[in-house]
Amino acid sequence: MTTSRERLEAVGNQIPPLIALIVLWMLLWGEFSWLNLLVGLVVGIVVTVAFYLVPVQLSGRVHPLQTVVFFVRLIVDIVRASVDVSWLAVKPRLVTSNAILEIRLRTRSDLILTWTAVATSIVPGSIVVDIDRESSILYLHVLNMQSASDIEQFRRRVLDTERRIVRGFGSHEDVERMRGVLPANRLSARRSGKELS
Amino acid sequence: MSAVLHDVLTAILVLAGATMCLAAGIGLIRFPDVLSRLHAATKPQIFGLMAVTADVAINNFSVGTVTLVVAIVVFQALTAPMAAHLVGRAAYETEHLRPDLLIVDELKDRRADR
Repeated sequence: MTTSRERLEAVGNQIPPLIALIVLWMLLWGEFSWLNLLVGLVVGIVVTVAFYLVPVQLSGRVHPLQTVVFFVRLIVDIVRASVDVSWLAVKPRLVTSNAILEIRLRTRSDLILTWTAVATSIVPGSIVVDIDRESSILYLHVLNMQSASDIEQFRRRVLDTERRIVRGFGSHEDVERMRGVLPANRLSARRSGKELS
Repeated sequence: MSAVLHDVLTAILVLAGATMCLAAGIGLIRFPDVLSRLHAATKPQIFGLMAVTADVAINNFSVGTVTLVVAIVVFQALTAPMAAHLVGRAAYETEHLRPDLLIVDELKDRRADR
């Protein structure tokens, strides 16, 4: 049985998607007006009621600067990787050696898992083949992996993406979980330092 | 913005966009199996689209076009990975892949463990 409090929370959870739908409605019309806001609200409510989604657990934490860092870095990655993949497609000698990699993410949030999956698969060169939601594992098909060090580097890149997302809008718990792990460049620096000593 | 700079910017963006779409087409033919073709088909095209729509936004700079461009890019960015994932997954499950092209297949190892 749902208590009135639970019902209130369920309605509350629908509000951010509703706002997103209203913003989308205005984006489509290309202007802000009160009429658009009103019609967007009505359409948004109809859509949220008619196509009911599983409630998404929002983290309730947004760090604007880190979020911007994530998006800027995402665009840079897309541009760089697009050039790489296009070069791979047109270069005279076609060598393809690919890999399907298992990448264990540290987050336990569905939302962050989804964001990481979309962010890594929008960057050319990797496609999500399967996801293990229970233990937050992504299985990615990666283009042009020649050696073990390529694979390591790619793995680290995905984990870095995850960290940027969590820093941007992950929950406090996830941020704590990330804190235990050093960023990739420092990690490798420490590793090489260890080998030296 | 001066006219020359404007033209140069337009030329760069449109050419970059067109090159990406061309490369996507070439990759689609040249890559050997379903999964690697998916990379060519879905990805450079997004950057191509971003470049071309950015140019449209620069040439007709108004709130309406900019917001529409943002909506187009966001939706393309959200839907293309989904489509790629579904096709990729279906290809993997039905074994439409060439194991000789993979240097490691950790998903197969994982399933073998179970």
